[in-house]
Amino acid sequence: MAAPKKAAASAAQDKTDGGSPPEFTKEQELKALRDMLLIRRFEEKAGQLYGMGAIGGFCHLYIGQEAVVVGMQMALKEGDQVITGYRDHGHMLATGMDANGVMAELTGRRGGYSKGKGGSMHMFSKEKHFYGGHGIVGAQVSLGTGLAFANHYRGNGNVSVTYFGDGAANQGQVYESFNMAELWKLPVIFVIENNRYAMGTSVSRASAQQDFSKRGASFNIPGKQVDGMDVRAVKAAGEEAAAWCRAGKGPYILEMQTYRYRGHSMSDPAKYRTREEVEKVRHDQDPIEQVRNRLLAAKVSEADLKAIDAEVRDIVNASADFAQHDPEPDAAELWTDVYR
Amino acid sequence: MPIQVLMPALSPTMEKGNLAKWLKKEGETIKSGDVIAEIETDKATMEVEATDEGTLGKILIPEGTADVAVNTPIATILADGESAADLAKASAPAKQEKAAESAPPAAAKAEAPAPKAAPAPQAIAEPDPEVPAGTEMVTQTIREALRDAMAEEMRRDPDVFVMGEEVAEYQGAYKVTQGLLQEFGAKRVIDTPITEHGFAGVGVGAAMTGLKPIVEFMTFNFAMQAIDQIINSAAKTLYMSGGQMGCSIVFRGPNGAAARVAAQHSQDYSAWYSHVPGLKVVAPYSAADAKGLLKAAIRDPNPVIFLENEVLYGHTGEVPKLDDFIIPIGKARIVRAGSHVTIISWSNGMTYALKAADELAKEGIEAEVIDLRTLRPMDTETIINSVKKTGRAVTVEEGWAQSGVGAEIAARIMENAFDYLDAPVTRVSGKDVPMPYASNLEKLALPSAAEVVEAAKAVCYR
Repeated sequence: MAAPKKAAASAAQDKTDGGSPPEFTKEQELKALRDMLLIRRFEEKAGQLYGMGAIGGFCHLYIGQEAVVVGMQMALKEGDQVITGYRDHGHMLATGMDANGVMAELTGRRGGYSKGKGGSMHMFSKEKHFYGGHGIVGAQVSLGTGLAFANHYRGNGNVSVTYFGDGAANQGQVYESFNMAELWKLPVIFVIENNRYAMGTSVSRASAQQDFSKRGASFNIPGKQVDGMDVRAVKAAGEEAAAWCRAGKGPYILEMQTYRYRGHSMSDPAKYRTREEVEKVRHDQDPIEQVRNRLLAAKVSEADLKAIDAEVRDIVNASADFAQHDPEPDAAELWTDVYR
Repeated sequence: MPIQVLMPALSPTMEKGNLAKWLKKEGETIKSGDVIAEIETDKATMEVEATDEGTLGKILIPEGTADVAVNTPIATILADGESAADLAKASAPAKQEKAAESAPPAAAKAEAPAPKAAPAPQAIAEPDPEVPAGTEMVTQTIREALRDAMAEEMRRDPDVFVMGEEVAEYQGAYKVTQGLLQEFGAKRVIDTPITEHGFAGVGVGAAMTGLKPIVEFMTFNFAMQAIDQIINSAAKTLYMSGGQMGCSIVFRGPNGAAARVAAQHSQDYSAWYSHVPGLKVVAPYSAADAKGLLKAAIRDPNPVIFLENEVLYGHTGEVPKLDDFIIPIGKARIVRAGSHVTIISWSNGMTYALKAADELAKEGIEAEVIDLRTLRPMDTETIINSVKKTGRAVTVEEGWAQSGVGAEIAARIMENAFDYLDAPVTRVSGKDVPMPYASNLEKLALPSAAEVVEAAKAVCYR
């Protein structure tokens, strides 16, 4: 097994258990690989379409962070909710939302999840328990706490997985939510995706407490730093947090140490970090390469891996095709869905 | 000389209250700081602390006495060496006892004044078309009507719950949620920390799953902390999700000026919320409308901003005794018919509008008074039909004129009834200043019936 190499300025120092996380079965490795690849290829395609002018406005790509949402999703049960901010395409695909519907929303077409009215940052799926897709930094944290409130009110045993970034972690309502979540023992996992940059501001320039797992300390919320580049570590931490929540012990904080390879959005000059820094993380810690290397070491054939690549590429190409040929919403849609 | 203990005031505007209970008996020794009695108004209970030492000489007002005027002597305290014989010497007011409200956690917020005591029942002339003829009516305060609306809806639907600051154990900062905790328990009547932004978001998140929260803001002044969640999350999500994910939620609480609480606690948000597509905005004036519209708001599948008014909470009105009394959102009501000028208002603005109509009638001007009741969607048709009849319109609001609801009404009249107008539409509004504290300046900052009379006469060229 090829253990991930640690970079000097590691994005993912696992300070939790010291040792390696629990091994995956071959099936779990293959599923993780497939789901992460789907996100990566989808995002690469979205980047291309943006460059062609088919996608407008803001478009925040998840490339590099795939292990976080895929590992968390492997730790959840049917009925658990997911909510996040605006870097949300990966979360949608991981919850099982249809790639065609997501891509068509990016291109603003009628077959998009929001009929073309939401765009990149605003998609939802009741069926897949995905609650958005929110464009105001930090707002999803109170909303996700509200999802947990509803689970608690109904006593349904579900957990709300509320994602936000290292930037959002400095917003006031995050701490208002922490307080209520612990006060009322709400089943919510606060997943802080620390990708080291809030837009162009590094964590060290914005955060007095850079250990985000401690951000709940004054509310007595337990927290853990997790190697967010290792899907196995993510799943293990997710299971631990979910068990804590389901036992009625209240919220749990997971700081996922991860990295985004692309800019904050498509128009990011990337002057705030060096090309070498990005290349080093890609080379040393890439979440997908980690799984691929383990599978190859376990004698899974290149041909089998290529078959997964091909399946994923087919899905992504089909979604791009659909998203460029699906008609724009009917003009009458301007006036629908304001009230019900 | 014996010291007189006077009936204290909870606030500068309190005129009378009930002497609920004596905690000391005649002849008992009293130390400074002892709680000697409890007084109450319809919204709060307060302890009376002694500021002098001695013996409680005589209780002048027995417990259970209602409507004791502020500054009435309620007891005498004998100093050392004085006896009952000295009681006769007790004369003119000595000093007023210190009133200490029983330490509310949100003291700074809850210290809003009580409404003026025992206001006259609201006089509304035209029968309400929503109420079948012959319906039995009960007299209720607006506070009670709102409480009953919530209780009825909570009995009907287990997904309805109330959350906010002091809504449960304290029984409501303005006693609007009185008794709900006792009936529905702490699971459905939830005291929140003072964290408006956060609990508004929690409410919206819960609503996205299908629950029906009633989120109480102690006043709408504090909802500015939460306005991002109200607008960006509650109002827009249905649209942004292509109709998939809506939000059935009521944000309610007192809005607008109370009395003597200065600029940060005296703002009318009618125009702010009525600007936003995706929200419904309701602002009732009468007790019946308060009840029927709040029930409609709770059942509405959309986010509803329900603007109450602290000054009106204690006002009484006739409320239909019906099992399920609902007033549809979006319908204005003609509360007084007339042919010379249309006066349009809502919430506490109706106080000035109706008083002005009485004054105008004495001078031979018959005003038609419209209570909008709902600001969004606005019942343009009722306004336009009236203006087509009268040819003149005056709007009355406590909020500021610029980009106000009156400005919107004027624009709609111009767009839909320009050719019927015999005079420009005139706005009576709050003055273009932050609310001052001083009593005289505060009166000047608010609209008045006299200003409405003046405006109505001007548009009638009288």
